[in-house]
Amino acid sequence: MSIAIRADLDVVQADEHHDEHHDASGNTLLGFWIYLMTDCILFASVFATYAVLFMNTDGGVSGKDIFELNFVAIETAVLLVSSITFGFALICAKHQKRAATLIWLLITFALGCAFISMEIYEFHHLIEQGNGPQRSAFLTAFFTLVGMHGLHVTAGLIWMAIMMLEVTKSGLNNRSITRLGCLSLFWHFLDVVWICVFTVVYLLGML
Amino acid sequence: MSFFGKLTLESIPYDEPIIMVTLAAVAVIGVILVALITKYKKWGVLWNDWFTSVDHKRLGIMYIVLALVMLIRGFSDAIMMRTQQALATNGAAGYLPPEHYDQIFTAHGVIMIIFMAMPFMIGLMNIVLPLQIGARDVAFPFLNNLSFWLTASGALLINLSLGLGEFAKTGWVAYPPLSELSFSPGVGVDYYIWALQISGIGTTLTGVNFIATVLKMRAPGMKLMQMPIFTWTCTWANILIVASFPILTAVLGMLTLDRYLGFHFFTNDGGGNAMMYINLFWAWGHPEVYILVLPAFGIFSEIISTFTSKRLFGYKSMVWASGAISILGFIVWLHHFFTMGSSANVNAFFGVMTMVIAVPTGVKLFNWLFTIYRGRLRLTVPVLWTLGFMTTFTVGGMTGVLLALPGADFVLHNSMFLVAHFHNTIIGGAVFGYFAGFVYWFPKVMGFKLNERLGKASFWCWLVGFYFTFMPLYVLGFLGMTRRLNHTDNPAWNFWLYVSVVGVFIIFSGVILQFVQLYVSFRDREQNLDTTGDPWNGHTLEWSTSSPPQFYNFAKFPKVSDIDSFTDMKEKGEAYQRHERYQPIHMPKNTSSGILMALGITAAGFAAIWHILWLAIAGMLGAFVVFLFRAYSNDHDYYVQPDEIARIENAHLDKVARGLT
Amino acid sequence: MSQADTSESLTSDDFIASVKSYLVGFMLSVILTGIPFWAVMTHHFEKPITLGLVLVMAIVQIVVHLKYFLHLDFSKEGKINTFSFLFTSLIIVMVVGLSVWIIYAANALMM
Repeated sequence: MSIAIRADLDVVQADEHHDEHHDASGNTLLGFWIYLMTDCILFASVFATYAVLFMNTDGGVSGKDIFELNFVAIETAVLLVSSITFGFALICAKHQKRAATLIWLLITFALGCAFISMEIYEFHHLIEQGNGPQRSAFLTAFFTLVGMHGLHVTAGLIWMAIMMLEVTKSGLNNRSITRLGCLSLFWHFLDVVWICVFTVVYLLGML
Repeated sequence: MSFFGKLTLESIPYDEPIIMVTLAAVAVIGVILVALITKYKKWGVLWNDWFTSVDHKRLGIMYIVLALVMLIRGFSDAIMMRTQQALATNGAAGYLPPEHYDQIFTAHGVIMIIFMAMPFMIGLMNIVLPLQIGARDVAFPFLNNLSFWLTASGALLINLSLGLGEFAKTGWVAYPPLSELSFSPGVGVDYYIWALQISGIGTTLTGVNFIATVLKMRAPGMKLMQMPIFTWTCTWANILIVASFPILTAVLGMLTLDRYLGFHFFTNDGGGNAMMYINLFWAWGHPEVYILVLPAFGIFSEIISTFTSKRLFGYKSMVWASGAISILGFIVWLHHFFTMGSSANVNAFFGVMTMVIAVPTGVKLFNWLFTIYRGRLRLTVPVLWTLGFMTTFTVGGMTGVLLALPGADFVLHNSMFLVAHFHNTIIGGAVFGYFAGFVYWFPKVMGFKLNERLGKASFWCWLVGFYFTFMPLYVLGFLGMTRRLNHTDNPAWNFWLYVSVVGVFIIFSGVILQFVQLYVSFRDREQNLDTTGDPWNGHTLEWSTSSPPQFYNFAKFPKVSDIDSFTDMKEKGEAYQRHERYQPIHMPKNTSSGILMALGITAAGFAAIWHILWLAIAGMLGAFVVFLFRAYSNDHDYYVQPDEIARIENAHLDKVARGLT
Repeated sequence: MSQADTSESLTSDDFIASVKSYLVGFMLSVILTGIPFWAVMTHHFEKPITLGLVLVMAIVQIVVHLKYFLHLDFSKEGKINTFSFLFTSLIIVMVVGLSVWIIYAANALMM
């Protein structure tokens, strides 16, 4: 229903020589992409700081002592699978398969929650052992970098929950598909960041 | 933790007479303003037409008003510092105790850069850029409103620090370990952090918004290489904003974690590295000065081209020079801390890069000179600012190249020479540019021109005052005086400090004259009306609209086929056309979501400064709820009907016809 | 970007093509994640080789994600996103690279 109205509006907007000007969803996706670029640089700054501080263990533990690559491999797998399930959700959304969209979103949501739970477990475990972020510059940088990624994932999960409600209530219209498109950019972007995290922090740290 | 966190009645500095008098004055002015607004029943207008407006022109005006108010604040700080240094010679104490003086120089820097120059630049960009590209608004009008209120929120927080608690005593860069909790236990640095953080996020959103605008909203036919030069330099500035402000966000976030949660990024203990703060701060800070100055370069280009009645010489080289500056601006930042003692190779690399960046800047100066060459330059006020800039900025650039030599920098680092240098470039480059743009576009925004004589008088006061204030500081630098001294005891310095304080009062006359100019021009506005919308015989699209422009900017989108598109239209006889019929225009509705969200965020920022946990949560939650409401309401836009457009357009064109004959 | 396309024009062939594209990206990512984890966990190679391998795999995987999941390309509509990403990468390389150089060089002098 609302698609019809929207499409209607676009016709009125289209000034005789000017049909592409008010491409609202194109604007939104571009704007969101540029925002993601700022987020890239935010992460890059923290990565640079990690690269500078990771050897400053202040007599405490180093990455080799605390990282569990098996655990990280599972985390990585969970996030990677969530990437493709979100991809399926978006494809279904574009093809107006509402039920399928919701199911895939729910699966993605569950995987995201699993990832976050694992991360919380890891952090909790470290703090319990006295290796919290206040212990040394290395742990400060580690907790901040990984935690910032985790906060982003959490924000993505909240957004996803809201989107599931929106799709349930008002269906797959232009607006919700655009928003799902933005969320998809966000979610896949976080996966790209995670590639950098597991490479720089965990793999190089265990080397 | 008590209900109000660290906040108590003792947080108000009762024992500081200067602050108390200032507060009283601010309170009196505030009461008068409130009374006047109430008396003339303007609250509704203020709220409906301004605070909640998503119109880029109105937001631009509000940015500039904010900038002017902050100019008064920041300039008062400047006068206090100069008088203190002039009085506190030969071992005298002066009238400002060190702990107050330290807050003043910190506040002066932060306010002038973040809350005067940035809003001024963004204000001009807001007003002009969409008009120049033939758009009806920016890509995200609501976001634009939110950005403004986030900037205002930061400005509010920093000014609250005047009467509630204290401001940072660290210098505007807030280097750790001094800015860490162990050495700055008060709320000063927290005010600094949150004011910068909140306004910085607003600025980042502005950058995102305007990049999308330029990429998506150009008038039909306008290629990227046909955008007016001011739009281009703003675009480079926005690219720099988007690329550099996140670094500031990150580094402030890390300092926050150090101070609030005991992390060890920049602390002395625990393996922290304070130099990483300095490094990241300037990785933002250096691009930031190009963010300030590039739009000013664009303004000068527009003005020179308009008032010589010529096309800008070397448009393409201008665009690419700006691009080169933008990229090079990202690989010179270490010259702010050559003295940290990195390797000779590092210093050499950044020294050379700093010198290289002078090349595209030089290209620009020659372009302006070649534009003037064999043109008929009309010596209006904007042109005077431009000429003043060209001479002053060149001096500043030269001293910058001098400082780019690591060897020389080891002698001059943090001396008064440095203070003179960056004022020379920021005032002589950016501020002169904004004033030039202010006078140039004033008739477009307000519908009447500014008084010419007072404008010229103000310019000369600024220019002469500038040289009197800052040339002595170069000398003082060579004489070995370091910056931020509260009092001195060296007879060789006294004379130059006295000259400098004379200079600052000459500038002060210039500032006063600017406000007098505003008043007189408003009083005599009937004689200076701009009825055609094109008072200077302009080249670009903003001059094709009425003054002030209609809220929808363009009744029909202009068709662009040239860089100087309005000149092109005038030559082809296509300007001021009457149309038989108009299409309905799709416009965004005003919204209170922006100001309400900013209100929540301000509360959260305030709460964070004073460690009031419940208020911080409530503020953020409130902002989020408002955002959700906004996201799920459908009442965002409306249509202007063709008959209304026809009525407005015909009234304007009648006025133009009368004005042209 | 193609996310915003309305659904009417999409056929079931498009559906299968999109799913396939995601699956290809996913399989590549699994491989490109598996190899570096395996190399580090088993110490199969010498350290410098592992280091190079891990970095190369990461970069390749980022490119895979950009292509198959974030749909960056050089088409008329998509190239703005691609160029903005390339620009951002340039800035990141400069800021991170130079920062690390600056601080490590300073550290070396303080040893």
